Amino acid sequence: MTEVPEHLLKKAAEARAKREAAAGSSAPTDAPEAKAKDEPEEVVVEPDTKAEEALEVLKEALGDAILASHIEPHRGLWIRVGAQDWRAAASAARDALDCKFFDFLSAIDWLPSPYGRELEAEQDLNEAKEPEEMSWGYTGGETRFQMLARVYSLSHHIGVMIKADLPDDEPRIDSLIPVYAGANWHEREAIEMFGIAVNDHPDVRNIYLPGGFEGHPMRKDYPLLARRMKPWPGIVDVELMPGDES
Amino acid sequence: MSVSEQEQLAYIAAQAADARVNLELETEDGMTLNMGPQHPATHGTLRLVAKLDGEQVVAAEPIMGYMHRGYEKLTEVRTYPQVTTLINRIDWLGSFANEVPFILAAEQLMEVEAPPRAQWIRTILFEMSRIANISLYIGDMAVQIGATTPIFFAFRDREHILNQIERVTGGRFHPNFDRIGGLKDDLPAGWIEETKAVIKKMQTFCDQMDDLVAGNEIFQARTRGIGVIPAEVALSYGLSGANLRGSGVDWDLRRDQPCGLVYDQCDWKVWTHPDGDSYSRFWVRLQETREACNIVDQLLDNIPSGPIMAKVPRIIKVPAGEAYVATENPLGEMGYYVVSKGDLTPFRVKIRSASFSNMSICPWVLKGVFVPDIIAILGSLYFILGDIDR
Repeated sequence: MTEVPEHLLKKAAEARAKREAAAGSSAPTDAPEAKAKDEPEEVVVEPDTKAEEALEVLKEALGDAILASHIEPHRGLWIRVGAQDWRAAASAARDALDCKFFDFLSAIDWLPSPYGRELEAEQDLNEAKEPEEMSWGYTGGETRFQMLARVYSLSHHIGVMIKADLPDDEPRIDSLIPVYAGANWHEREAIEMFGIAVNDHPDVRNIYLPGGFEGHPMRKDYPLLARRMKPWPGIVDVELMPGDES
Repeated sequence: MSVSEQEQLAYIAAQAADARVNLELETEDGMTLNMGPQHPATHGTLRLVAKLDGEQVVAAEPIMGYMHRGYEKLTEVRTYPQVTTLINRIDWLGSFANEVPFILAAEQLMEVEAPPRAQWIRTILFEMSRIANISLYIGDMAVQIGATTPIFFAFRDREHILNQIERVTGGRFHPNFDRIGGLKDDLPAGWIEETKAVIKKMQTFCDQMDDLVAGNEIFQARTRGIGVIPAEVALSYGLSGANLRGSGVDWDLRRDQPCGLVYDQCDWKVWTHPDGDSYSRFWVRLQETREACNIVDQLLDNIPSGPIMAKVPRIIKVPAGEAYVATENPLGEMGYYVVSKGDLTPFRVKIRSASFSNMSICPWVLKGVFVPDIIAILGSLYFILGDIDR
């Protein structure tokens, strides 16, 4: 066997140290808590100057339109704008930041599923759930639906994730097709899956679902009918093995 | 067996939708050509409706959804380890490569890193699924043009690679071998030597195909200058992989966006072609298969020793957060945008599959071409229906 290259050994040692530190500080119970305990370790991570510079450029171009931003060092840049600034944000990313590559576009429904996880199907079935609080991911949010697009700059090697809050009463947003021609099909998918209305979209036919399909399947309140019919024994797969703790 | 009212309604709705599509594309003085859903050039069930004026295409519209399986919805009710079983079936010719970006995204959120040996074997299997996938494409592309022999060479030689993948993972097409924190199992004894021999065979296969297909005058006449996509248009439609490099954009996620695979440990080259036509896309893929053989060959020499699994809890709960990880899959950029709320299951997974974006350029690129060129262009864009419909 040949030797392990040094940089990998270093990486592995770092990862190990981090894990041990996390394990040492009592049982990691809840995700946000565990993250908070990790924070002293995070200092090791170098600041992501590229993402910070990109954020500065975008802030200059968009001004107050950026409601929130988030940088995960060396992993990405998130910005959030209002629905009215959606197209402006995309063209700012394309023109000011040279993000010519259109990666994808989609939407997120932040409503907690009223059906639970549907893992422990036998317990879950037909039981009214206590409605959970709605919570958002990076850059926060205010409304149930968020639009999401990722564009990438090949020259600056930086990807920007743009999110936009959609109004609760009627989720409606401008089309991105004038900025990125490739948004067409992605928007059609978002329209049928999430029931989002897109202004000036030239072709709003369903892309996947049959023409007369009712409902919007990717919405969290759209039940997964297969799970309603037949209990799913999925949770059994992750049962503890003899001799395992936690 | 009686048909329920709901099923009847669904059937009527589907018929109505079809009728509407046909009506929209009905022309006054031209004709409408329907291709598929079952057509050998579609790698699954894709339907293409083209509006013709004589031999020329005025407008073309791909119609998908015949194979939509709703994976994005299903991932929301599967635990993280169970998701890999589903996503194996997206691009069924290079299944292992589908698992890797999802696992890497989950690892990124969990702050776990696979041990070096696992990273090495992952990269090797990743590139082997690329060889298995693209070698079939090379043969298939020749069939689209009308040469039937190369596909038999492709099926014959791909079998060697599939056998090697099967020996490690137990599955020829759907390995389901990647785990959060490492791999399910180590390599079997004697595997490295056998694989080296297989790689030699694949290199011979690439040389053969270079002579037989790429160097063929008829093949060149059918593909050169057909379906030209300029770099700017390719970027705005989100084309990726060989389709982008065939348009002269020097962009490869393996080199430009490294994430947990060990491509920096070997010496290889990103191939591009400036023409942007069907031939250049084919040529880039052929060179990529060679390069993949080269990468596997080099990596096989230096597999580090050590464990293949990092220490992860048995019940995997992924901390709250969002991550997007994409890798350079055989078909192009495949990425998973995973949103976790700290639960057993992902809150939302957006699957960014390569073929969906690659095919979205179809209405643009097919405008104005002649009917026989449709097949050459569709073949060279290379899509797998499972990768479009998800």
